[in-house]
This record gives sequence, C-alpha cells and structure tokens, in this order.
Amino acid sequence: MPAAPDLNLDHVAKLARLALTPAEKAQFASQLGDVLHHIEQLAKVDVTGIEPTAHAFPVVNVWAEDVAQPGLSVEAALRNAPAQRDNMILVPKVVE
Amino acid sequence: MAAELFFKSIEELGALLEAKQLSATELVRAMIARRQAVDGRVKAFNSSDDADALAQAAASDARRAAGQSRGPLEGIPVGLKDVIAVAGQPLTASSKMLANFVSPYDATVTVKLKNAGAIVWGRLNCDEFAMGSSTENSAFGPTANPWDLTRVPGGSSGGSAAALAAGEVSATLGSDTGGSIRQPAALCGVVGLKPTYGLVSRYGLAAFASSLDQIGPLTRTVTDTALMLGAIAGHDPHDSTSFKAEIPDYRAELQKRRGPWRLGIPKEYFGAGLDPAVAAAVEQAIAFYRAQGCTIKEVSLPHTQYCLDTYYIIATAEASSNLARYDGIRYGHRAKGAKDGVDLYAQSRAEGFGPEVKRRIILGTYVLSSGYYDAYYLRAQKVRTLIRQDFLKAYHEVDALLTPTSPMPAFKLGEKSDPLALYLCDIYTIGVNLAGLPALSLPCGFTPAGLPIGLQLIGQPFREADLLAMAHTYEQAHDWHTKHPSL
Repeated sequence: MPAAPDLNLDHVAKLARLALTPAEKAQFASQLGDVLHHIEQLAKVDVTGIEPTAHAFPVVNVWAEDVAQPGLSVEAALRNAPAQRDNMILVPKVVE
Repeated sequence: MAAELFFKSIEELGALLEAKQLSATELVRAMIARRQAVDGRVKAFNSSDDADALAQAAASDARRAAGQSRGPLEGIPVGLKDVIAVAGQPLTASSKMLANFVSPYDATVTVKLKNAGAIVWGRLNCDEFAMGSSTENSAFGPTANPWDLTRVPGGSSGGSAAALAAGEVSATLGSDTGGSIRQPAALCGVVGLKPTYGLVSRYGLAAFASSLDQIGPLTRTVTDTALMLGAIAGHDPHDSTSFKAEIPDYRAELQKRRGPWRLGIPKEYFGAGLDPAVAAAVEQAIAFYRAQGCTIKEVSLPHTQYCLDTYYIIATAEASSNLARYDGIRYGHRAKGAKDGVDLYAQSRAEGFGPEVKRRIILGTYVLSSGYYDAYYLRAQKVRTLIRQDFLKAYHEVDALLTPTSPMPAFKLGEKSDPLALYLCDIYTIGVNLAGLPALSLPCGFTPAGLPIGLQLIGQPFREADLLAMAHTYEQAHDWHTKHPSL
C-alpha cells in the first residue's frame, strides 16, 4: 500500500471516462485524500495466507438451459435510446 | 375512515379487506389523498402513477369478489424505491442520468409482489444510485424525516422509510448495500430488513455493488416484514447469485419460535461516537431480552474497525464497474456537442452523475487501477474474509447479535457535508453486508427530542425466521411501532 495516497485525478478520470471540472478536481482531491488516508489503516491488518472473499456465499457454475427465451421487442429495446434511426441506435462517427 | 387507514399495518388492512369493510380502491384513494396532503413537505415520492394504482386496485377488488384473493398482500399498496424496475414506469435511481428512463421489464420482486396481489405504486426517492446515508444525494432534492421535517430520513432508502412513516403507503421495498434499508428504518421509526445475500433476487435492481446489494422490505410491524419477505424471497434463474434456499412461512414461524435465545453484544459496537440516548435505548432492549430468559453474552468482532475502509474499497470498485454502463449510448443521458465517441462518454457521465456518484466512481476506478489493485482491492477482499470470519465465529456462541442500527438519530439536513462524516453513519451496518448476513432494524425508543431510535438484530445466514421471531418478541412487549409523527 502506498505510504501517501498518490491519486492522479486526471489519469483516473480518464480511465473512468468522466470529465471533471477544475473545481471538481480540487474538491475530489481533498475529499478523496481524506478517505484514502482513512483507508491506509488496512495496511496494518495481517492478511498472510487469507483467501479473498468476492461473494459471501459464492455460487459457482450456474448453468442455464441453452434455449431461446422471449425477449424485448425492437421497439421496447430502443425506447430509451437517446437517438435512433431505422431500428438502430445512432452514435457519433467512430471511424474516420 | 380514511384518517385511520394511513398507519394501519398490512395485517390490519388485510383483515378489513377480507371482511369487505374496505375495498382496495378505497384504500388506494385514501393513500393518494394522503400523499397529496403531506408529500409536498416530506418529498418521499419521485413520481406516482395514480391511474395505474387505481387500475390495479380495481383488479384486486375484482379478484376478491370472485373469491380469488392471492393472499395477505392482496390489495395492499406497496411503494418501491426508485432503483427497482416496474415495467412501463420510470426508473430514475434519483439521477439525472436516468431522468427519462422507462423500465422495459419488471424486476423479479415486482413480479412477485404483483403475483401476491399487492398494488405496486410510487417511485420513492433515494440517494443517487443508492449511494448515501441521508437521501440528500438525490437529483430530485432531499426527502425530509416525517418526525422532524428539518432532519434527514436516513438513506439511501430514505423515501421508502419516510413514505411509510408519513402514512403515504402501507409497506415499501428498499435496497441495502451498506445499511440503506436499516439506517433509514431506524431514523424514521419503522421496521427494515436486509435479507441474507442471495435470498431475494436482484434482477431488475439498478446495480450499485453487486456482491453487497440486497432488496428488502420496510414495514410498520415485524409481522408485516414476515409477510413481505415471504412474498419476495426465493431462487430466481435471472440472478445467478440467487440461492436455492427453502422459504418457510415466515409469519407462521413467528408463533413457533419463542426462544429463549443466546444473544451476543459485540463490544466494538458500543464505543466512542455512539449517541447516549441511542446507547440507553439499546441497553434497555438488552435488559428486556435478558428478562425474557435470553442469555446475553459480550462478544468481540475484532476486525470491526476495518469494516468502513473495506466497504468503501469494495463498494466503490464494484460501483465503478457497474456504472460503466451509463455511457450515453444505448439509454440514459446523452450530452450534446461531444467531439467523438470517447468524449461522448465522458461528457454524458459528467452531466448525468451527481457529485457523490462521481466521487465513488473515481475512488473505485483508482483502487482497481494498475499498480493499486493488490494494495487496495485485493487486500480489502482479504480483510472481508476476516470480517466475515469474526461473525461466523461469534455464531458458535450466540444465535444473533444485538447492536444499535445507527450511531446517531436523524441529523439535520445539510449538517454533514463532508463525505467521510457521512460514511461514518454506516459503521454498525456495513459489516453485515460484507459478511452477507441478514439483519433487521426495529424501533426501540425515542430520543428526548422525540426522534426514533433503531435496534439492530444481526442473524445467521438464511435464518430470517429466527431473526423475525426475536424482533417479534420485542415488538409484542413494546408500543413504539404504534406511535406516528403528526404531519
């Protein structure tokens, strides 16, 4: 664990695909600095040989029958799309 | 007639409906009038489709007239936190991101409530994407505590607790990731249950932290919680973390299970920061159980001090992943004027999410990022193992644990502006989510200022019937649940 939190907000915001204003950056740096400082105490816990817990009651290999189920109609699936045309979702141009 | 209906339990309303002294239509009309009278002050509802509720009520009345009542929830209006999908109704998660979203399908709990005859009505306010402890992080503005309108109802299921306490609906569903059912239940003086992880399907719940989230009921009485849990529990192939557990008749079990129980008092839950009035009320509850012949034993959960940090790493990590789906492409808010696809994501998320959601996405992304994953996320998962083992060890000696639900009663709106101060509201509830256990909050008194206090009972996995019986025993001997705020 890092001795002092070195949270590079520009880098993390880019990873999170989240545009932050300069004011948000300043505020989050301070607030998350406090939170990370608090979190540092986890470094004191001896976790040697301890297995991680991802789920309290892990259920593994949940199989479903490979049969077609009724799904949403095209109209229902597109109802919440921000922009659509010809039964497709419109997005900004991806390839030049 | 109408005035007496607001605060009646499901059990009481069911008897009136069954005796044909009341119709579901009359009940829903009364509830609509109540909401119109008080919700301008309480602000528990994000939206409400009254015509749809009346149509469901008419269908319920028709079923009953034909002798086809579906059981104890037939004709009972149940409000849902605005993170649970109801087909054809808005689902906003109290976020600008989903301001115009309409659910294309029902959550499994919604289907189950409808199949049980309940009238699914109202979209109840919460912290944005269920992230918060005061319902102040809502894009629709905060909900007020019906006991003192200048105070918070708790959160994140603050609308679910406040609507119930204000007599606007007869029962509600909330979701609990770190205390989001139990803490608002405590602060609003109602019963709230977080079921064992996997007992209730999460299908159709807007995901916050998938390994911690559970849907559960908020009700006026323990019996009502038993009825609601019986309706919504059970395995669901649509949720791969759903457990194939036997679902008992929880209400019938209330009568069969009489104790005495072995109750553990975790010493770490009675330390600094606990409000004296809350401590005194919980001590009295402990004395009650002792007088009932229960064995009271002090126990230790030595990793309690690490729960908060572990929780905020795991919950934010999972949230950063779950909320990646809100990208402005397929549904949700889309920013105008973006330069390209990637900019569209970043701008849509910047405009759609509020500050607390952004903070948690940033924190979660950071703890999962290259170079920090092992130090934060993996380590937190290991500490989670230790936290869970603490509870399971304690259950060798005791049947359940008894603690305060919240370290403090309802605080003033705007009082806690620092995120860390708000996170500390959850110190007695988050360990339960990390360990996947069932826990229930029930009213156990009032502060001198007249604010409700909640007692938390933490049970063993999939043994909700015992937990409910313990709570029922307390409730039968006290009248806290019969007191209501004047609005």
